[in-house]
Amino acid sequence: MQQSLEVRSAAPNRFLGTLKLVGSAPPSAKFGMVIVAIYALVALLAPLLAPYGEVEVVSRVPFEPWSANHLLGTDQLGRDFLSRLIFGARNSISIALLTTAISFVIGCLLGVFAALVGGIVDQVISRLVDALMSVPDLIFTLMILSIFGSSVLNLILIIAVLTSTRFYRIARAAALNVASLDFVEHAKVRGESLLWIAVNEVFPNILPLILSELGMRFCFIFLNIAALSFLGVGIQPPTAEWGSMVRDNAALINMGDITPLIPAAAIAFLAIAVNFVVDWLLNRASGLNDDA
Amino acid sequence: MTATPSAPVIDLVDLKIEAKSNDQWSKIVNGVSLSIRPGEVLGLVGESGAGKSTVGLAALGYFRPGAKVTGGEVRLLGQNILDIPEEERRKFRGTKVAYVAQSAQAAFNPAYRLMDQIIMVAVDRGGLTREAAQKRALDLFHALQLPDPRNFGKRYPHQVSGGQLQRAMVAMAMICNPALIIFDEPTTALDVTTQVEVLISIRKVIEDYRVAAIYITHDLAVVAQVAHRVAVLRYGEVVEEAPIAQIMERPTHPYTKSLWAVHEMPVGQGDRHGKGAPLLAVTGLGAHYGDFQVLTAIDLDVGRGETVALVGESGSGKSTLGRVIVGLKEVSSGQVVYEGKPLPGTIRRRSLEMLKQIQIIYQSADTALNPRQTVRKIIGRPLTLYQGLRGARREERVLELLKLVELNETHIDRTPGQLSGGQKQRIAIARALAADPRLIVCDEITSALDKVVQAEVLRMLMRLQERLGVSYLFITHDIEVVRAIADRVVVMQDGKIVEQGGKDQVLAQPRADYTRKLLDSVPDMAVGWLDGIVAARAA
Repeated sequence: MQQSLEVRSAAPNRFLGTLKLVGSAPPSAKFGMVIVAIYALVALLAPLLAPYGEVEVVSRVPFEPWSANHLLGTDQLGRDFLSRLIFGARNSISIALLTTAISFVIGCLLGVFAALVGGIVDQVISRLVDALMSVPDLIFTLMILSIFGSSVLNLILIIAVLTSTRFYRIARAAALNVASLDFVEHAKVRGESLLWIAVNEVFPNILPLILSELGMRFCFIFLNIAALSFLGVGIQPPTAEWGSMVRDNAALINMGDITPLIPAAAIAFLAIAVNFVVDWLLNRASGLNDDA
Repeated sequence: MTATPSAPVIDLVDLKIEAKSNDQWSKIVNGVSLSIRPGEVLGLVGESGAGKSTVGLAALGYFRPGAKVTGGEVRLLGQNILDIPEEERRKFRGTKVAYVAQSAQAAFNPAYRLMDQIIMVAVDRGGLTREAAQKRALDLFHALQLPDPRNFGKRYPHQVSGGQLQRAMVAMAMICNPALIIFDEPTTALDVTTQVEVLISIRKVIEDYRVAAIYITHDLAVVAQVAHRVAVLRYGEVVEEAPIAQIMERPTHPYTKSLWAVHEMPVGQGDRHGKGAPLLAVTGLGAHYGDFQVLTAIDLDVGRGETVALVGESGSGKSTLGRVIVGLKEVSSGQVVYEGKPLPGTIRRRSLEMLKQIQIIYQSADTALNPRQTVRKIIGRPLTLYQGLRGARREERVLELLKLVELNETHIDRTPGQLSGGQKQRIAIARALAADPRLIVCDEITSALDKVVQAEVLRMLMRLQERLGVSYLFITHDIEVVRAIADRVVVMQDGKIVEQGGKDQVLAQPRADYTRKLLDSVPDMAVGWLDGIVAARAA
């Protein structure tokens, strides 16, 4: 009786439940969540927060030092560094998010599909994925981008396809376990379509595992895009992007100015914060912290 | 040993244990006091969740992760083992007190030979040399009536049968000549004919070696064969404790009485076969897994509104036959005729209308229900799929179906994790009924349930049949269930049908030897039944 009361009150208050869940997170995960939230806010409110425009040239002097007008000085073309940093958050994060989402959908659908169908279909897809995974990501991306030209769309697509192989692997392995359970068999006996089974029966059960992978992959995609931009084939100027900001202002480091390291630190900081959250989710998914 | 012969081997004094679930501590053992003298076997009986295993493990001084003692003592050979550190307690285990688990398959390491695993404790902690331990193991193999005892230890766990492995685990427990053994449902996972063999062996070594034992089981018929005294547990408390003969004859506590009464299962209507053409007819059916023939020349009819029980031990092919009928397994010969028309072999070639009419319910509702779906979605999906019901009309029908399986609207928003085992199985039944089927294949659907719940579910199925006129193909290994629900009985062995006929005829005058053996192996709820079997064999 006591249990039934608990259950009934829990069902409509999913929001409260989530809050409670967040409250029970360890300090490191809470810290990560706060940082991620700050990044998200900055990205969303960039036009309001930034003192100047993204590509607005505000000074005739390049590499102006830090001052009251330009808190972090100006870059090599005399644009406000802080403003570009803020807009950079928006560009880098949104592109990385979009790429992660696309790779997630492709990878999960194919993975669950391969696990459910099995046999030759599974073999063909899996070997193709193996082949793709055997080429180092960054080199592969560099090659493709130099062939097809460097546009944001190309960048997103190529990284999404490459990253989807990781999602595929995990989704397939997790789905194989679920696919052997009676409720999946029952859905087949009932006459459900494969897509319905994949989305309604299998996917919700493998989601906790994939969610943590999602966070991790987001970090890698973010880093990859920054690295590609640093190399000059990623997001093209004048769009503000942290990786290219590091490269364009790298000369300053020789003069003892740490400004170009700030976007690099911003990248690192986000990666660390996301990883804190992911670690916690991963522990929860595997039930490791239940004994504690 | 300092204890005098009459001093108890183990004394549980007002033991209280709490366990943590969902961040809350709840009492799972609430003041249990038990005492066992040398050579005595105490049966510990109760439904699942009553705290039987927790008490059993406490006698080893062991507590599952997340459980803690909040009071009381565990006196092993006069010493309270709760006072000493875990490392000290570990030295007792295997040497002075040993444990025999339900699943021998899970207890043995598949990578080592049986002998190495059996004597390990004796060599490591028992102070025996390898040779002495092996000699002792050999004696135990003889006492346990294992085949070819000299070479038995050289085998790997997968090379012996389930019943033999279970006896090997008894040998492992006995190797250090412990004062006390805890048997935790040691025969529950076995087939009835195997169970008899293992029970005879267990009883023999207990008597031969005069070891004290706690025998944990939910099966009263089994406990009547091995125990001297029985303690009935409920909600972590001993509700009744008495010598076996007394408690079997005159249970006093109402709960004990209700447990006993369950064995008087509902009695079925008897033979209702022969009303018109059969709903389902299986003729000359054969099926293979690779080169292995699992089903041979199966002929079987299921009439309208009739219950056919398909009986056999594990590996007899009864579940495979069920899978063939629902279209999960293709036949290699013969055919399945439904309503006079041959059924296509695979699901993909059957129409939605055909699929709707034959439903299947599984043994384990835990895996048969998607843990991430609510009851609303689980029961509602077939309604949408087969009848196109949506929204309020679908909701209404889901509630009707819940009522039909004796649940109510409070269950509709729950996920399977928030339901008890019996409730989950009811949801699975409601999901099958949602399709409005003509035939339901029930694959061991009550064998994972407690006896009390089992009887409730069976009664409900019979009422549903009367109301809806649905036919059941009831796959089971439990003769009691057959007696309760079947109209006709089909006995299978090694993929063949050895006997079929009306329930009364098959159960009362079995013609096939195998049927007779199967029936004889089902323990009676009477003290001395096993003695009768042993005597009959000796004669």
